[in-house]
Amino acid sequence: MQFIRAIVTIWEREVIRYGRDRARLISTFFQPIMFLVIFGSGLRNPLSAGGLGVDYLKFMYPGIIAMNVMGIAFFSSISTVWDREFGFLKEILVAPVPRSTIVIGKALGATTIASVQALVLLILAPFIKVSIDPLTVFHLFLFMLLLSFAISAMSLVIASIMKTMESFGVLMQLFIFPMFFLSGAFFPLNTAPHWMQLISRINPLTYGVDSMRQILLARQTDPAALAEITLQPIYLNVFSLAIFATIMIFISILAFRKKD
Amino acid sequence: MSIIEVKKLTKNFKDFRAVKGITFSVEEGEIFGFLGPNGAGKSTTINILSTLITASGGSAKINGFDVAMETDEVRKSIGLVFQDPSLDDRLTAWENLIFHARLYGLSKKEYLPRVKAVLELVDLTAKKDSLVKSFSGGMKRRLEIARGLTHYPRVLFLDEPTLGLDPQTRFNIWNYILKLRQENKMTIFMTTHYMQEAEYCDRIAIIDKGKIIVIDSPANLKKQFGKETIEDVFLKLTGRKIREEEASTKEQFRNQLMAHRRR
Ligand SMILES: Nc1ncnc2c1ncn2[C@@H]1O[C@H](COP(=O)(O)OP(=O)(O)OP(=O)(O)O)[C@@H](O)[C@H]1O
Ligand SMILES: [Mg+2]
Repeated sequence: MQFIRAIVTIWEREVIRYGRDRARLISTFFQPIMFLVIFGSGLRNPLSAGGLGVDYLKFMYPGIIAMNVMGIAFFSSISTVWDREFGFLKEILVAPVPRSTIVIGKALGATTIASVQALVLLILAPFIKVSIDPLTVFHLFLFMLLLSFAISAMSLVIASIMKTMESFGVLMQLFIFPMFFLSGAFFPLNTAPHWMQLISRINPLTYGVDSMRQILLARQTDPAALAEITLQPIYLNVFSLAIFATIMIFISILAFRKKD
Repeated sequence: MSIIEVKKLTKNFKDFRAVKGITFSVEEGEIFGFLGPNGAGKSTTINILSTLITASGGSAKINGFDVAMETDEVRKSIGLVFQDPSLDDRLTAWENLIFHARLYGLSKKEYLPRVKAVLELVDLTAKKDSLVKSFSGGMKRRLEIARGLTHYPRVLFLDEPTLGLDPQTRFNIWNYILKLRQENKMTIFMTTHYMQEAEYCDRIAIIDKGKIIVIDSPANLKKQFGKETIEDVFLKLTGRKIREEEASTKEQFRNQLMAHRRR
């Protein structure tokens, strides 16, 4: 019982803090829209001649949503490093609660923030001529929860290794951007070089992008064309992400237990 | 049984030994002062006793529980005010206290009156719904003390609770501390660099370079060393030289950088 309560307490703090951060609320919309406008408009015509089988904007849209989920989840969990720098982490660490509640509470906080915020991107659907219904939204939301939980768990592992925010820039360049670009959000991985396909398989975002694309485009794309640009069935993606998330949560609990 | 029992405690940071086998005990209800120059190992000792870091050798018990093995029981027994700020400044004073109370397993029925009482104690009731970001240094310090008390710990650790505070606030904080001891039989383990404050303690330990030099009551110490004030005793025992920190300069630089960024 106290186990659940500790998780809820830690979760709630993350959500309250996010709600107060107006600048962050707004800036997290900016990037996906920028990607859609710039890449979408720039590449739409050149690519329409190629054998993509679907409109490029439609192709890219689910990937952008998945990227947005990842970006917010990542950023929210990495805030643990700020907690450390500003001293608040000590307050959490001396509390008589299992380290697992800290990890799970933080991951669920980031999951909530990322999933709810990414839902807002669905208001762009009509502009991209993707029609959505409540059931699709529900499926998407479930998947956003899973993806953001997996990413949050991963960032908590990173946050436990990273002692200061100094290395944040390097982390973005060497880790997060490659994950974005090797996820299949911008181009189909099926036709990519073999090495790239291999790397993308260890990238959790790949499974997110692939599933969201299937969920969003299933009812308005020719099944054969959709099959051309998808990697694997959704249930396999769910399975891969669930395993990834479990491993990451486990590692971060161990990392939080470790003391100097 | 003493409420705090420390035996031959040591702590190494890589090849630097910050705490060199200290032994002491604190009785229930005591105000125990831990005095020493910068870098003496005071905060390191508190970090070990509060389960934040592990000792390299020796043992320590709080309230009968081993700090290395029975961490949960130890954590329930203690309250802390760290040397460095540890509030969430994006939350209000009230939210900081509620967060704390819940993590310590208090039910709403238990914590509501307590949170109100501790806010009253530190005169922050009127400010309870303001973001901590908008607080002055003294208000933050008072809030941290209130927070450390919310779960009625058996032992309260105060690491320089009056650092950077004006005389009025310092006087007030001492009033709270003395009141706490009187009303709740709470044990207080504190560090300070204000030697006048050491006079309030029942006993003080003077620690330098990781070793305890003396432990006794302020009156006895003054008598033993033939001095008028604790400050004179302190200077006699620890010398007048500024501490050349033995830790690597790189580490020092990093600490300064962190402290600077925190502002
Ligand atoms: N994490 C760490 N890594 C390496 N050295 C450390 C670490 N923490 C503390 N030290 C070193 O251990 C020594 C004792 O530090 P500590 O913080 O316990 O001193 P203190 O008595 O609290 O001093 P002050 O009065 O300045 O707060 C110092 O030399 C410090 O540089
Ligand atoms: Mg200190």
